[in-house]
Amino acid sequence: MSERNISRPSGKRARWSWWYLLFVIQFIAVLWPPFYNSVEPSWAGIPFYYWYQMLWVIIGAVLTAVVYFATEA
Amino acid sequence: MQDVNWTALIIFVALFGFITWLGFAAAQWRKGDLDLLHEWGLGGRRFGTIITWFLVGGDLYTAYTFIAVPALAFGAGAIAFFAVPYTIMIYPILFLVFPRLWNVCHKHNYITPADFVRGRFGNRWLALAVTITGIVATMPYIALQLVGIQVVIAGLGISGTGYAADLPLIIAFVILAAFTYSSGLRAPASIAIVKDILIYVTAFAAVIVVPIELGGFGKIFAAVPPAKLLLAVPGANTTGSYSVYATLALGSALALFLYPHSITGILSASSGHAIRRNAAMLPGYSFMLGLLALVGFFAIAAGVGGLPEYAASFKQFGNNFAVPALFLHSFPSWFVGIAFAAIGIGALVPAAIMSIAAANLYTRNIHREFINKNPTDREEAQMAKWVSLIVKLGALIFILFVPTQFAIYLQLLGGILIIQTLPSVMLGVYTRWFNDWALLIGWATGTLAGSWMFVAANLTPNYPLAFAGYTFPGYTALYTVILNLVVAIVLTPLFKAMAGEPVDATVASDYLA
Repeated sequence: MSERNISRPSGKRARWSWWYLLFVIQFIAVLWPPFYNSVEPSWAGIPFYYWYQMLWVIIGAVLTAVVYFATEA
Repeated sequence: MQDVNWTALIIFVALFGFITWLGFAAAQWRKGDLDLLHEWGLGGRRFGTIITWFLVGGDLYTAYTFIAVPALAFGAGAIAFFAVPYTIMIYPILFLVFPRLWNVCHKHNYITPADFVRGRFGNRWLALAVTITGIVATMPYIALQLVGIQVVIAGLGISGTGYAADLPLIIAFVILAAFTYSSGLRAPASIAIVKDILIYVTAFAAVIVVPIELGGFGKIFAAVPPAKLLLAVPGANTTGSYSVYATLALGSALALFLYPHSITGILSASSGHAIRRNAAMLPGYSFMLGLLALVGFFAIAAGVGGLPEYAASFKQFGNNFAVPALFLHSFPSWFVGIAFAAIGIGALVPAAIMSIAAANLYTRNIHREFINKNPTDREEAQMAKWVSLIVKLGALIFILFVPTQFAIYLQLLGGILIIQTLPSVMLGVYTRWFNDWALLIGWATGTLAGSWMFVAANLTPNYPLAFAGYTFPGYTALYTVILNLVVAIVLTPLFKAMAGEPVDATVASDYLA
C-alpha cells in the first residue's frame, strides 16, 4: 500500500485505488482537438466535432459512476 | 412601454413572485439557528445528495453561462464548445479532491477555503492571499449575473431611458438582498430547485422545438459559416486554436471549484458521499450546457441577428442578446415568460450564493482574523449578513454605472486569479509537503504574471506563449498556475531547510470519511 498522505504517520492511510485511472480516459479523449476537429462522420446532420464531445459527457458520467460504485467500499 | 410583451411579463412576474416567497419561506426549511454562521452561510450542512445536486448545479450553471455560452457560439462558433470538455473534466476533479476538503472542513468547522489553508499551513498571510483572491474573483461574477437579468428584462420589452429602465433590475436586487439576508444559503438552495426545473424545461423545449421549426440539424449546421463550424486549423509553427481550446477547457476545469461559491455549495453538503454521488450525476448539467452552445447556432440559423425588431437590443447587449432573441422569435409569449424567468431566476441563485461565499470569507478570514478575534456566534452571522448585502450593492452599482464590457474583462481576469489558489487548496488536501511561504510566493508569482499577461494580450485571457520559434497560444490561467507550482516546488526545499517544524492543525485521518 503506497503512502499517499505524508503529514503524520498516524491514523488511516488515504486510499488509492487503481479505479481512479479510469478518469484519465476522459481527459485524454477531449484534450486532443485535432482528433475530433472534423465534420465527418456526421450523425443526424450533426458534425463529428459536436456529437463526439457530447458523447463523452455521457461516457464520462458512466465512468464516474463506475468509479463511485467500485470505490465506495 | 408600448413594446412590452405583456403575456410574457405576467408569467415572468408570477414566477418571480413565487420564488420570492420561497426565498423567505426557506428560512423555516430544515430549521436551524440562523444566528450561527454555519447555519446562515452553509445551510447547516444538511443538504443531501439531491438538494446538493440542485444547489451545486444552480451554482455552476449561472444566468451568465446561459447567456454567454450561446453568445460565444453565435459570435465565434466552434470555440464556444470548450464548455463541454471543460465540464467533462470537472467531475473527476470534484470526485477526487472535494470529499477530502469536505471531511476536514466538517471536522474543524472550517467554513471557507481560507479557513482550511489557515489550519493546514498555519500561515495567516497565505490564508489572506486566498481570501482576497476569492473576494476579488467573485465580485465581477456577481455583477455579470445582474447583466443576465438586464438582458431578459430588455427582451420582455421593458425599455426606456434613465432610471425607469433600471427599476426592474433594482427590484430584482432588492428581492435577492432581502431573502439572502433572512434565510442565508437555504434561500438559493430552495430556489435552485425551481430554477433548475425551469431551465431544464426551457433547454429541452429549445432543443426540440427550435430544430423542428428550422428544419432539422442538417439545415442548422449548414447555416453556420464554414469558418465558424469547426476550429480553425493552426498555421505553421503554431498550435493555434487547438491549444487555445484544450487549455481553456482544462484551465477552466481546474479553476471552477476554487471559486468561493463553488466551495460553499460543496461544503453545504451533508457528507463526502453526497459529493461523490453528485460527481456522477452533475454531468446531466454538462449535457445541457452542450445543448446550450448549440442554441447559439440555432440563433444563427434563425437569422435573428438580422431581424429589425431586435436590432436595438443587439446594439445594446451585443451577442448576449442572441438567446433572448431566439426565444422571442421561436416561442409563444407564455413560454417566453417561463424561459426568461428561468434565466432571471438563474441569475439570482448564483448571485445569492456568491455573495454569501464572499461574506463568509470576509467574516472569517479578514474580520475574525485581523479585527475582532473573538466574535460571538451572533456577531459573526450578523457581520456576514451585512457584508453579503454590501457586496451585492457594490455589484449593482457597478452594473448600473460601469460599462458591461469592463465587468466581463474583470471576470475573465478573475479566472486567472482564482486558479492561483490551486496549490494551497487542491494540493493542500492531499499533502503538507509544500512550505507555506513557498506557496505564498508561488501565488504572488502566478497572480502578477497572470495579470501582466492579461494586459499584454489586450485584456483577453489567452496568451501567445512563444518559445524557440513556435507559438503556443493558450489560456493564461493554465500557464500561470504551472509557473506558480514550479516556483512553489523549487522554493519549498529551500525554505524547509530554514524553517522549523511545519505547523498543521489537521491530521491525515481528518481527510477521510
